[in-house]
Amino acid sequence: MTHLVVVGASLAGLRAVEAVRRDGFDGEVTLIGAEEHLPYDRPPLSKEYLAAEECPDPRYREEETFAGDLDVELLLGTPASALDTAARTVTVGDRTVSYDGLVIATGAHARTLPGTEGLEGVHTVRTLDDAIALRAALRGGTSRLTVVGAGFIGSEVASVGRRLGLEVTILEALETPLARAVGERMGRALTHLHRRHGTEVHTGVAVEEVVSRDGRVRAVRLGDGTEITTDVLVVGIGARPATDWLEGSGLTLDDGVVADETLAAAPGVYVAGDVARWPNALFTDVAPGTMRLEHWTSAADQGGRAARHAVDPASARPYETVPYFWSDWYDGRVQFVGIAAGDHVEVVAGDDAEGGPFTAIYRAGGRIVGALAVDMPAEVMKYRRLIGARKSWDDALELAEQRRQQRAEKARQAAEQQGASA
Amino acid sequence: MRIVVDWDKCTGMGMCESLAPDVFEVDDDGSLILHTEEVSQDQEAEVREAVAACPTEALSLEGPIDA
Ligand SMILES: Cc1cc2nc3c(=O)[nH]c(=O)nc-3n(C[C@H](O)[C@H](O)[C@H](O)COP(=O)(O)OP(=O)(O)OC[C@H]3O[C@@H](n4cnc5c(N)ncnc54)[C@H](O)[C@@H]3O)c2cc1C
Ligand code: SF4
Repeated sequence: MTHLVVVGASLAGLRAVEAVRRDGFDGEVTLIGAEEHLPYDRPPLSKEYLAAEECPDPRYREEETFAGDLDVELLLGTPASALDTAARTVTVGDRTVSYDGLVIATGAHARTLPGTEGLEGVHTVRTLDDAIALRAALRGGTSRLTVVGAGFIGSEVASVGRRLGLEVTILEALETPLARAVGERMGRALTHLHRRHGTEVHTGVAVEEVVSRDGRVRAVRLGDGTEITTDVLVVGIGARPATDWLEGSGLTLDDGVVADETLAAAPGVYVAGDVARWPNALFTDVAPGTMRLEHWTSAADQGGRAARHAVDPASARPYETVPYFWSDWYDGRVQFVGIAAGDHVEVVAGDDAEGGPFTAIYRAGGRIVGALAVDMPAEVMKYRRLIGARKSWDDALELAEQRRQQRAEKARQAAEQQGASA
Repeated sequence: MRIVVDWDKCTGMGMCESLAPDVFEVDDDGSLILHTEEVSQDQEAEVREAVAACPTEALSLEGPIDA
């Protein structure tokens, strides 16, 4: 193996090149990215980056690090346009880059509402440039923000909108927001969080038309004719994996690049991050088939893993993981581990009726497969271990009971201390 | 080898705890408790995983591995 090429210069791509260098790989490494920017962190873009008075610098590493410590050739600003798995080449602009091992980490693009292209006041949040534009839009004398899509990113933008004092409305096509991500009951629980913070949420509504005047958004017309006036419209209706450049490459494309359990999509070709679809052996018994995650943690993890496999295919082993994501809403944090499949959800701490704080766990096939917590930061990670170890539902309930006692004991001690100091 | 936490960066996500529970724990208020600063040889692998998995890149390792 002499030349590792990584396409996609974001989290998964960065972790790919760092992992092999840390392992001592001394071949050539090339990192190809469509954006002009150095790799940067996306989660803050719908959170602190929009909300804070001063925007934090979201870049992971300085430019010198790539040329210096990492000894990586950076090709930024031009997307790869084709892959030839037989000749082992990637086309970038008018260059043809040969590889011995390849990592595909091209992530995903924000979905847009048809007919809104180029309309002022309409935003998506996927890239740093998107966030820069939205940040300015939320401050420029705006008073009304409408968010299409009650997913995690849309919900975070809504939270920031409220923090900045805007009137915020969320429009969601599903009856229950986030039903696919966290299940029906928990989707309802999370929706309470919005209402509690003064965000209006309309569910089960279809956006019929985006009404504009002089090239600027004015309102959103719903299926039933209702018009919602708005200054800024944020479209948060999910992301589509960036696989266009792989059409005709012979790789299997099906809502992502389909790979085997070792993340291999073709000989010498491995996938990582939001673009990757693979069978996660930890869950194939309860959720057969492949999965594609759009989470920070798995993208980081798979990036390193895919690159190690690419430089040394003989070492490739199945990649399994307990998915994890977090999302910051208003002044609180939502955390989820595992998958939301299964036949039963049980609230094991707090109360979900008003949107938390609470912790809930998910059961499938007699074992624990997921856990969700709102504003209970000490809880989900304890369940993550159980899920990873394929522990039974009874084990999970036992942990829940243990945690209940620990919390009660802590509360008792705190009360005692307060009594003593009063 | 010692664990260094950048307390300004840590937001109490707990990924570190899920990978190395003997070393890291997130408290009920979201603050990170470090059960030990020194990393023993048998903890090294999981602590390295925890360092790589921290979403805020708040963790790093310093110094040689103890014999
Ligand atoms: C606003 C926002 C908030 C988020 N918040 C959270 C959160 O709170 N918690 C959480 O767990 N996750 C969150 N995520 C998800 C997390 O950021 C992603 O899972 C992660 O960025 C995926 O990394 P990636 O490297 O696979 O893909 P991406 O970050 O999408 O990067 C892919 C890169 O490849 C480039 N590219 C695309 N096509 C080509 C091509 N043909 N040639 C070259 N380069 C190409 C793209 O320009 C991009 O830079 C958030 C994402 C966004 C957008
Ligand atoms: S994973 Fe990182 S942010 Fe989370 S508790 Fe550990 S050190 Fe803090």
